Amino acid sequence: MIDTKNLIVDDREQGMFRVHRTAMTSDDVFQLERERIFDQCWLYLGHESEVDKPGDYKRRVVNGRPLIFVRDGDGQVRAFLNSCTHRGAMVCREDTGNARVFQCFYHAWTFNTKGEVVAIPDQEGYSPCIDWKERSLRAPARVEGYRGFWFVNFNPDAEDLVTYLAGAAEYIDLIADQAEQGMRVVDGTNLYSTRANWKLLVENSIDGYHALPLHQTYIDYVKSIGGGLKPGGLSVGGGLDLGNGHSVMVSEAPWARPIAHWEPLFGEDAKEEIEQIRAQLVEKYGEERTFRMADQFRNLLIFPNLIINDIAALTIRYINPVAPNYIETTAWQLAPREEEGDRLARRLDSYLTFIGPGGFATPDDVEALESCQKGFETFRELEYSDISRGMGRVSGTTDELQIRSFWRRWHAQLEGRTPGKAITDIESPGLAPAQEGAA
Amino acid sequence: MTATFDTTVTRAAVEDFLYAEAALLDNWQLDEWVTLFTDDAHYVVPTTDLPGGNPRTDLVLIDDNLLRLQSRVKRLNSRRAYREFPWSRTRRFVSNVRITGGDDRSVHVEANFVVYRVRDGVNPYIGRYVYRLVPDGESFKISYRRAELDLESLRPHGTVSIIV
Repeated sequence: MIDTKNLIVDDREQGMFRVHRTAMTSDDVFQLERERIFDQCWLYLGHESEVDKPGDYKRRVVNGRPLIFVRDGDGQVRAFLNSCTHRGAMVCREDTGNARVFQCFYHAWTFNTKGEVVAIPDQEGYSPCIDWKERSLRAPARVEGYRGFWFVNFNPDAEDLVTYLAGAAEYIDLIADQAEQGMRVVDGTNLYSTRANWKLLVENSIDGYHALPLHQTYIDYVKSIGGGLKPGGLSVGGGLDLGNGHSVMVSEAPWARPIAHWEPLFGEDAKEEIEQIRAQLVEKYGEERTFRMADQFRNLLIFPNLIINDIAALTIRYINPVAPNYIETTAWQLAPREEEGDRLARRLDSYLTFIGPGGFATPDDVEALESCQKGFETFRELEYSDISRGMGRVSGTTDELQIRSFWRRWHAQLEGRTPGKAITDIESPGLAPAQEGAA
Repeated sequence: MTATFDTTVTRAAVEDFLYAEAALLDNWQLDEWVTLFTDDAHYVVPTTDLPGGNPRTDLVLIDDNLLRLQSRVKRLNSRRAYREFPWSRTRRFVSNVRITGGDDRSVHVEANFVVYRVRDGVNPYIGRYVYRLVPDGESFKISYRRAELDLESLRPHGTVSIIV
């Protein structure tokens, strides 16, 4: 059995936090994560808008299981294991579509969108003792949604989703409230991969420290088109532990935001419209909350493997660990349902310059993560990575508190310990919003 | 409206142009390559799950106007586009070239492609090109270049860091 105790060194007196690199390379750790983290936590399934109409479905893979994410005939969002209860073939064989029934192509057992058996060829050949209800498509133990974001949990005894989300729920509100008629996932999905451990992408997604060195070419580009990154903007803010392993990096946006922060990059034509959207938010939510929604940006981690990046555009990033050294990443763009025409085009344009596997930044993140993973082959000699930055001071935008809070939760769960409280107040007593996320 | 376009353009001339373009890209002569585009040009790569994607309404992988395309070239020529520094090797195969129509300014062309990217392994990008080529003296300028991928996903490729 693997010794999990020394995978993390968390020395608050010395201000030192280290992660053992076998956490990223070991098959044993990977298996343990599947059981003790992914089989216990709420895991992202999809956004309600992806299954807008009765019968709409998407295929998903969650903690290794092929799933069907579907809206049933009565409009209820559901999830099923994509495996025929008869012999196991996948009853849903397309990634997206609309169906009244799922008919297995192997022996034609047929299920409705509530999962119930509706037709069995030659059914009289079966014993009358068979309980056909029991042969329904199997659902994950729990399926719950919050503000349009749907999650599954394979642990029947898990706490409810909202309790699990802890301080992260309020950050989801800040995002969902940007839309008047609800958010929708825009068509077109970034389906990509990285030959690295999943936790490296979690770290990278909430890491402000790497932006300047790694993404200089993006910053140069934004400057060259007159989008000037406001000096000082990125220096305000910091990381927060939101409880239960969720965390966020918050800062003031030095770039334009479709909701609702105008910068010259958007052009003079857009100025009035964006200021109008901002004014509507102020009317509805007040100046302080509007400042948070419109002028701040945030990289939100929902433990363990969902990232919502509300930066220059609004992105859902789902990290699917396939092997210790390989992840499949899926990224979707969210937009308010009411947004169309130039407004929508501006948002999509904002997205493309930075995020995404064809953008000016994400390819270099992928390269960096793959480079780390290769470097970890030296783990016998070079055992630990360092994540100490900012310990013992109020968290700043290039500090790593939000990454440490991920690792602390990860370690507690891996060891089967009861996780501690959100630790923001312990690490950074002076940070004003520190109590927000305290579990 | 019946499209009126330069019907004297031959497939051979188009092929010569596309092969020369592919050679520029494989040789990483990007500064020269980017001069092939008109001022109002667009270079588009839709996502793998929506090959017909429209950049104004759908998420795509790449939607460059000339300015962003020039910035992309500048980035790739720098030492700080780390996914492509050092540069990967690429080898392009362009085939099944067809003139499919045109308008009063340009000839519409479709072709198949395989672009092999070689670095830390071999990853092929497979798909279909859609071009609009504006006759320009003995050659052409590109006003529209679209690369629709047949891949189900960018896995294990990870990115589209090269020009496909």
